[in-house]
Amino acid sequence: MSNLLEEMTRKALKLNIPLSVQLDLTYRCNERCVHCYLDHQDYGEMTTAEIKRLLDEMAEAGVFILTLSGGEIMLRKDFFEILEYARQLTFCVKLKTNAILIREQEAARIRELGVESIQISIYSHRAEVHDAITLVPGSLQRSLDAASFLKSQGLRVVLANVLMVQNVQDYQGVRALATEMGLESTLDPTITPMMDGDRSVLNLGIDPNSLPQIFREEAIAEDEEVCAIETGDDILQHLPCSAGHTTCYVSPYGDVYPCVQFPLPTGNVRKQRFIDIWRHSDEMNDVRSIRLKDLNTCTSCAHVGSCSRCPGLAYMEGNMRGPSSQDCEKSFAKTGVPSANMLAKKRGAANLVQIRAIPVPASVPGAGAIA
Amino acid sequence: MSKLYIARSPRVAARSLGGEMMIMSGRDSTLFTLNQTASILWRAADGSTPLEEIVQQKICSEFEVDPAEALQDAETLARELAGHQILQISEQPIPPPGASGEAR
Repeated sequence: MSNLLEEMTRKALKLNIPLSVQLDLTYRCNERCVHCYLDHQDYGEMTTAEIKRLLDEMAEAGVFILTLSGGEIMLRKDFFEILEYARQLTFCVKLKTNAILIREQEAARIRELGVESIQISIYSHRAEVHDAITLVPGSLQRSLDAASFLKSQGLRVVLANVLMVQNVQDYQGVRALATEMGLESTLDPTITPMMDGDRSVLNLGIDPNSLPQIFREEAIAEDEEVCAIETGDDILQHLPCSAGHTTCYVSPYGDVYPCVQFPLPTGNVRKQRFIDIWRHSDEMNDVRSIRLKDLNTCTSCAHVGSCSRCPGLAYMEGNMRGPSSQDCEKSFAKTGVPSANMLAKKRGAANLVQIRAIPVPASVPGAGAIA
Repeated sequence: MSKLYIARSPRVAARSLGGEMMIMSGRDSTLFTLNQTASILWRAADGSTPLEEIVQQKICSEFEVDPAEALQDAETLARELAGHQILQISEQPIPPPGASGEAR
């Protein structure tokens, strides 16, 4: 994060302004990625008019960075109408897309509207791997063609790779491909549980033992707007992340959450004004009250000052003030030092399986240890 | 001396944060912040009001400054912002583009 953006983030924090919002326009998608946490259905998305009203309210509330995501954003027939309206309100707009519907004409329009960056999901440089993850034959070529169209318009394009068992061998290939095309790339080993709480998708996550090597070779993605905010010299007073502090997430149905990865409902913009949810929701204020010193287990952890603990992943594990196991594994991979949570689990596991020998008086016939 | 017109570049992103304007360049995503006076100029840069008039109406009425000096400072600032492509300057009125709007 640039120094100025950091400064602005601290100012927004002080003024209680949601500097950055991700708005998912739809959960519908034209790919069926095996690791996706969404259900791809439409249960009543916000209409064009509702989204425009929301954008008005967000601009009024001080939102500066607006990330439009999904689902696949281009499946909204009103996508360009929404984008144009957002730019009229002078948001800094970032797009997240698989880009397979972006051709020369769409790329030119995106440039004309002054989009800041476009993040495209690319899981491998090899079609057989990427297409097996998206379950759409030809999708890698379509996405890369779109990346070229966007790049030729002078736009900032980022290839975003999610690491999982299917593509763990290919992260260097994706990075090389991005370099060759003159694009940026990011790598994220985090798999998010399904929205309905189903955690089976986590089985796609890579073996934690592979992480140390990857961390040595690659810079792992951290969203620059969603990182921890330093609020003084005392580490334990630092905010765990910006979710609910300077950022939040709005679903296609108008539900507001602290973050896309933090499914704690805080209100709905169809029933309340965005700023009222942001300022007065009990849930949002509960999230806001958390400091590192309040975290169970984590306060005694060697990584407390450096961990990228995600409170949303912790919430999905059952306690937003608890540890996030995926981040524990990342900290361990970076340093080789197990987290307090990992040690506690190990102790717990040991207690569960350990069967101690019961001393039996020697006079008892056939006496011996049970185990 | 010919009149100078200023207009906000349609490709920038902008938002007021506690009275201070945050502007992100559409060219290279560089972030700028404008102080109070510069923010006043930015907000008033509609492409149709001459800079001289903006300075008289928005700056001189707010601050105790010499009008000639204020205009000179405003011109310098406008040219600097134009150098970063976050403001357009012209000796003719600048027509509004389709996708530019009022920054809040």
